[in-house]
Amino acid sequence: MTRLTRRNFVKAAAATSALPLLGSRAFAADPLKVGYIFLGPIGDFGWTWAHNKGREEVEKELGSAVETVYVENVNEDASAIPVIRDLAQQGCKLIFTTSYGYMDQTIQVASEFPDVKFEHCTGYKRADNVATYNSRFHEGRAVLGTIAGMMSKTGVIGYLGSYKVPEVVLGVNAFTLAAQAVNPDIQVKLVMIDSWFDPAKEAAATETLINLGCDIVTTHTDSPAALQILEQKGLYGFGQGADMSTFAPKAHLTAIEDIWGPYYVARAKAVIDGTWASQDTWWGFKEGTVKISPYNPAMPADVQAAADAIQKGWHDGTYNVFTGPIFDQDGNQKVADGATMPDSDLAVIDWYVKGVQSAS
Amino acid sequence: MSFDVTSTLMTIVGISTPILLAGLGELVVEKSGVLNLGVEGMMLIGAIGGFAGTVLTGNPWFGVLAASGGAALASLMFGFFVLNLNSNQVATGLALTIFGTGLSSLIGTAFVGRIVPIFGSPFPAELARHPFWQLFFGYSPIVYFAFIMVPLVAWFLKSTRWGLILRAVGENDLSAHSIGYSVIGVRFAAIAFGGAMAGIAGMYFTTVTSQMWNEKMTAGRGWIALALVVFAGWRSGRLLLGAYFFGLLIELELLAKGAGFSLLPSQFWAAMPYLMTVVVLAVISARETVGSNAPACLGKPFLPSA
Amino acid sequence: MRIRLEKRPEPSNFMLVATPVASVLLTMIIGVVIFEAMGIDGVRAVKDIFLTPLLASYKWQDVAVKAAPLIIIGVGLSVGNRANVWNIGAEGQYIVGALAGAGVGLLTAGLSGWWVLPAIVSGGVLGGMAWAAIPAFLKNRYGVSEILSSLMLTYVALQLLSYLIGGPWKDPAGRNFPQTPLLTGDQLMPMFVPGTTVHMGVPIAVLVALAFWALMSRSVFGFQIRVVGSAPNAARHGGFSARKTVWLALLIGGAMAGLAGVFELTGATKQLNLGFPSGYGFTAIIVSFLGRLHPIGVLIAGIVLAVTYVGGQVAQTTVHIPNSTAGIFQAMMLFFILASDIFVRYRLRIVSGRPAAAEPEGARQ
Repeated sequence: MTRLTRRNFVKAAAATSALPLLGSRAFAADPLKVGYIFLGPIGDFGWTWAHNKGREEVEKELGSAVETVYVENVNEDASAIPVIRDLAQQGCKLIFTTSYGYMDQTIQVASEFPDVKFEHCTGYKRADNVATYNSRFHEGRAVLGTIAGMMSKTGVIGYLGSYKVPEVVLGVNAFTLAAQAVNPDIQVKLVMIDSWFDPAKEAAATETLINLGCDIVTTHTDSPAALQILEQKGLYGFGQGADMSTFAPKAHLTAIEDIWGPYYVARAKAVIDGTWASQDTWWGFKEGTVKISPYNPAMPADVQAAADAIQKGWHDGTYNVFTGPIFDQDGNQKVADGATMPDSDLAVIDWYVKGVQSAS
Repeated sequence: MSFDVTSTLMTIVGISTPILLAGLGELVVEKSGVLNLGVEGMMLIGAIGGFAGTVLTGNPWFGVLAASGGAALASLMFGFFVLNLNSNQVATGLALTIFGTGLSSLIGTAFVGRIVPIFGSPFPAELARHPFWQLFFGYSPIVYFAFIMVPLVAWFLKSTRWGLILRAVGENDLSAHSIGYSVIGVRFAAIAFGGAMAGIAGMYFTTVTSQMWNEKMTAGRGWIALALVVFAGWRSGRLLLGAYFFGLLIELELLAKGAGFSLLPSQFWAAMPYLMTVVVLAVISARETVGSNAPACLGKPFLPSA
Repeated sequence: MRIRLEKRPEPSNFMLVATPVASVLLTMIIGVVIFEAMGIDGVRAVKDIFLTPLLASYKWQDVAVKAAPLIIIGVGLSVGNRANVWNIGAEGQYIVGALAGAGVGLLTAGLSGWWVLPAIVSGGVLGGMAWAAIPAFLKNRYGVSEILSSLMLTYVALQLLSYLIGGPWKDPAGRNFPQTPLLTGDQLMPMFVPGTTVHMGVPIAVLVALAFWALMSRSVFGFQIRVVGSAPNAARHGGFSARKTVWLALLIGGAMAGLAGVFELTGATKQLNLGFPSGYGFTAIIVSFLGRLHPIGVLIAGIVLAVTYVGGQVAQTTVHIPNSTAGIFQAMMLFFILASDIFVRYRLRIVSGRPAAAEPEGARQ
């Protein structure tokens, strides 16, 4: 055991020391210092991992014009304030706070540093020097729904959720509407586990959905645990946030990848050019922040074609999954025939569409 | 609506096994009079130890060695502080949890994104994957180990000389000491056993439930295991029932949600194991005469010269 | 020749002060060694973790805001710990205190007046006390171990928080995120230093520590608590009620945890969300022991732990140490301090030959 531990230790050490000592690097010209506040560890293969990929993209694209720093595992409470402030004090002129729970903390620190630009992910409060940004993950959910609707044999699909927040409700609805478009009788069973990350509960919930007749389970929680259960059972699922095919090569049909690079590069450039302005950005397929991973070869050609068509529709603006008529679970018509839901409604949605079977 | 009963029972086994194992270990520790609140930390060390051992050797049995050995080592560190140096058990146990969480994340950075084959059923596929017989033959060796350990721990505590000594040490350390038993030695052995069991329980998360490592992936199961020991009134038979009762509770909530109804808010279900433990604790403590199976010296320092 | 422990007639005052300092120093030295072994600039890392937050004046407010709840909860817990009443559910009492404060906040939404904030704070204190009253009642009535019941109730409190902020108390303007409405106007704690995040809870934390110092060293109550803890039999003869001690110890612990929770709510977060419980209640147990259960010790220990938190995050950006090492550091510091406790109560004697007293070795029949 001692020997094994030491080997791991050395590996971990090697990985850590390979990171550049960013704070102590000296530059001839003053590069733009960009800071990131991360919710989890950068190795979580999910939310934070994707944001860190975006940060690396900035370093790659803009080279010596920028310098980036990040802090991992920052709690979503008042203790985030000093961490955000620390980045500003270290000379960061652009700071991305990458989780909803940093909203008020970002606004507060921003008021103390008027010459620093802040960007808060998935929130809704802005200021002169605070912009907000989010990604239209639900566009990707529509692609997954199409695939699941076509590939499910039982007609019952499981949806593993975290909390009833707008992002998840949007995902459930987009997924269900797209699945219904290819198979009107499809049923979606929704189970919320009240956590973004609890592999054991994610696994148990996935098994439960399978036991209730689901032959495809899609996840809106962060670990690949569900996919590994599906792999064991010979069923299908999707990756969340990143290509998770290494965790479940057979079960992984495809994944929605969060691609933050294009946005981070654009905003860093805007600060360098002096064109940065506070705004709310909600990018999707078209702008490249939502991407679908390579398909599993097990997907029949017609399914691949249908999935491609949805992607293309989002790209050129000819497709919108939230086009009426849309009914809620009780059968009330929420969106008129032919109308599309405006972004302002999407951002606060708290009802599920007809065909979603949920506990509340 | 289709409903697979066999698989649902297997799901409950999956939920219950790690808390059963960690609970059995803690039961023995507490029976010797020591309260080790570091279960969560030891489980995490076992989780990364078992995963790392399996990755590096390709053999899950070396993983079991690494998981149980690593967590036992960590528990011995706890033992050294509370037994040799008489440090406060509550604070030292909490420190062990913080330590285990940090150490496992640090070691784990080298293992994020890797996978291992499932530490699955040792039986031939015809049995292990049979629609009915999988109910008996479809589990990881860790599950069978847990089932074997229940009567073994019960028999050890009740019918062996060493079990008797261990209980005597937990009941009245001063008299056990005065008739010549090594209180500290017995407690060290119990703590190491508890550590090893927690370690194997942790490995269940990284090689059976899923086959990967992620930070803090036991997500609080160590605290449920602690509740379980109390819920079971410090008896291994009841511990088995309690572990499956907790598992059933969790599964019932998921089933209800999957079937589309909720009787009570889900937070109520999540709080149930803890609420019921408090209730059971009150009941068994009230029935001093029959029910009180709690070791008298639990959590108290051993001070032979005092 | 062997080393023997000899009980001191009186706990050593020198060791009482020297050992915590030595523990911190030892942790720093071992930290340098570990970081160097990991290929990181160890001296720089340890300096950033332990010294930068103290040397850089712009870090002081962060340390102060982080230390305040640890100190308030820590002094409250020390009272119980001294009386051998082990309340490890302060985290739950902290949460319920904040919840009760937020509840009063909902009732007083839109109202103004000098009484609004005191009402919210009182709600918080009462909430924390109510949650701590459960283990006290169970202990006195049924003999239930307060260690186990208070711990269990922490997890119940977490679920209660999750239920209330996502259900009945959900912020109507919160875009359906699980959180309570923002407190406003007179509901908020004034700032102690204008233009910073240092709210009034910070100076109050210092006052609380001083008040407890006076209480513990000068009052009959303090004497009683100390006697109950160090000599339970004498206390019984002295007519001190064990039941009363249990009630007082837990209620004081709960009140302080609730106070810290409601200060955090009104002074820092202004609303409750899923990120609100951040482990202050558990860390305060460490603070309590690090401070040797003495209010002034707790005050210093609270600052030391806050420094390592703030410093740990500084070191993450400067020398890129992994975040997980901060926990290893805190655990190490606590292990050392707990272990060094033995030097306070015992003295090491080197003796020759076999000791006369029976050694507890091997199971002899």
